[in-house]
Amino acid sequence: MYKILHKEKLNDVVELMVVHAPHVSRKCEPGQFIILRVGEDGERIPLTIADFDREKETITIIYQIVGYSTKALSLLNEGDEITDFVGPLGEPTKLHASKHVVGVAGGVGSAPLYPQLRALAQMGVDVDVIIGGREAQYVLWADEFRKFCKNVYITTDDGSLGRKGFVTQVLADLIDQGEDIDEVIAIGPVPMMKAVVGVTKPHNIKTSVSLNPIMIDGTGMCGCCRVSVDGKIKFACVDGPDFDGLQVDFDELMARQRMFKEEEHQMDEKANRMCNLMGGVQ
Amino acid sequence: MPNMSLEKVKMPEQEPQVRNHNFKEVALGYTKEQAMEEATRCLHCKHSPCKNGCPVGVPIPEFIAEVANGDFEKAYEIITSENALPAICGRVCPQENQCEGKCVRGIKGESVGIGRLERFVADYHREHGQKKDNHIEKNGKKVAVVGSGPAGMTCAGELAKKGYDVTVFEALHKTGGVLSYGIPEFRLPKDLVQKEIDGVADLGVRFETNVVVGRSITIDELQEEGYEAIFVGSGAGLPRFQGIPGENLNGVYAANEFLTRVNLMKGYEFPKHPTPVKITDTVCVIGAGNVAMDAARTAKRLGAKNVYIVYRRGEQEIPARAEEVHHAKEEGIIFKLLTNPVKIEGEDGWVKSMECVEMELGEPDESGRRRPVVKEGSNFVIETGTVIVSIGQSPNPLIRQTTPGLDTQKWGGIIVDEETMKTSKDGVYAGGDVVTGAATVILAMGAGKKAAHAIDEALKQK
Repeated sequence: MYKILHKEKLNDVVELMVVHAPHVSRKCEPGQFIILRVGEDGERIPLTIADFDREKETITIIYQIVGYSTKALSLLNEGDEITDFVGPLGEPTKLHASKHVVGVAGGVGSAPLYPQLRALAQMGVDVDVIIGGREAQYVLWADEFRKFCKNVYITTDDGSLGRKGFVTQVLADLIDQGEDIDEVIAIGPVPMMKAVVGVTKPHNIKTSVSLNPIMIDGTGMCGCCRVSVDGKIKFACVDGPDFDGLQVDFDELMARQRMFKEEEHQMDEKANRMCNLMGGVQ
Repeated sequence: MPNMSLEKVKMPEQEPQVRNHNFKEVALGYTKEQAMEEATRCLHCKHSPCKNGCPVGVPIPEFIAEVANGDFEKAYEIITSENALPAICGRVCPQENQCEGKCVRGIKGESVGIGRLERFVADYHREHGQKKDNHIEKNGKKVAVVGSGPAGMTCAGELAKKGYDVTVFEALHKTGGVLSYGIPEFRLPKDLVQKEIDGVADLGVRFETNVVVGRSITIDELQEEGYEAIFVGSGAGLPRFQGIPGENLNGVYAANEFLTRVNLMKGYEFPKHPTPVKITDTVCVIGAGNVAMDAARTAKRLGAKNVYIVYRRGEQEIPARAEEVHHAKEEGIIFKLLTNPVKIEGEDGWVKSMECVEMELGEPDESGRRRPVVKEGSNFVIETGTVIVSIGQSPNPLIRQTTPGLDTQKWGGIIVDEETMKTSKDGVYAGGDVVTGAATVILAMGAGKKAAHAIDEALKQK
């Protein structure tokens, strides 16, 4: 069992947990992920590693409460234990020494982007970040990024923080202003990553994306997480999760993420009943 | 005087039209009387060809003699002297190609029901046997086993019996490998698998789940931690696809995904269990191995009305166990033989139909089977909402990618010495599907056993 050492609410729908997981913390690198399960009947859900501490043997995860399993996770508190917690999974991000990298984060995408940009800054790369969210509270970790980023740009859909609009507008402006960008790393909802590639592709700017298809085992056994990259089948769990964004078939990925929409909806109702019940007890 | 009946004592089974709506075991097992009667069909041939047909060398006539005498515990002892997982082998071994295929009674009539008798003895022991006090002298030597499937489990059990301190590392949250995630409940009940695993744990084997060797820890690091030998039984991994258009449409599963959702994650009890599995009225399964039969019969049980096995070769070439094919047909699975898919068509991202071509058999190919050749202009379309691809797997790449000095075949299988299962890396052994590509439970067990023997020989010298 894997003990929750710390839990924190980051906004209405996003929480952070620090979990004791020695087998993961010993070897994990930026870009990798874990799979966890809550309860003996739990689903296996993949979450990216936001941070780690090799000495304290801990992993930090950040998750958005979107459905049954993340709600079940959210019902756990400091001192509770997570049934299963396995990793690190996936290939570590291949970080290239270059002059200028722009990170683009949407929502909880800040979490996996953070250790990657920090590692690049430590390698001497000039790093900027563009963080987007629906409203101010969903813009995550701006202060943490400020510690090592040259520029931190913020956009919100409603204009409650930073520029009103989308991350892609800032990115397009930077490119139009003639900024020399060696690489863009975009992590967030699939439509955002697709839109980012829409901006970078005409300029042929190297763009790395981190994909989150539906996954079960996460070790290269089930084949559920396949994505088309450059017209070939790749498995996000063993070949990814990072891929060359310019080659990814985002429309197919978005369709595949909808495969179990009805069933997810059915489970949401079950989750709401579960939360009401727990609320009643407390 | 032996019982000269030409047929095996019939195995009680659930009726086909009942069982294709539930996940309970199909075959119900012999009663004591049925087992004793079947046992009297054995001729006790001097050269016991059946024994040579068994990859783990179970003393078959000897255990059958005890069944005939009604001493089932003695029979159990004889089987388990060579086979640690008899309840599993009695159910999933392809006996017709092994022990029963060599049985003299099979020349005229049916062979002795060796698999059924093995199953009976194991089940009898599980219900009536006394738990033995395993007193094993420990030798203080540490061995690591990667993967808790049939190869790893057998290797671990054999070494523990010899006094080794064995730890099994399993990537999933549950032990058993393909016995847990792959083979369905109706063919191999999961509580029975658990009992067999408990038996191995009782020998002193430690199981660590949620450890992915190659990611959480490498083979080299295991050696640094003092494991004097390592056995890799990580199985066949990555599912293969045909490379035809439409394979990533919603409604296309690799057989591993489909079966994992149902078996490991209990998707057939959704929403009680939160992992879903989706099925449509018509389901096409591509391939005709055991995994394909499992997928087709599972789809039927989930409520599909028309389930097709689509296979490019003919009846003679079907690689699945004869019993699985027989059971599948009884349950209403439709076999579309000499048929090969060429395209999966979709609508709004979902499978709508599958276009196939008819095949005919030409000259034998390198596998010795007649090569299927396309009949020009024979294209036709099957309307279907689900396609399950079951055309095999390639070995899991994680260990190969993270272990310097481990030689592998071009297709990814780990290269071993066939006598000792030793790899090119010192102190590292391998066996099962990671060496052979997808094969059978019993071959994996045979490899695990060989490796255990070789590891013991090597470590005794130290």
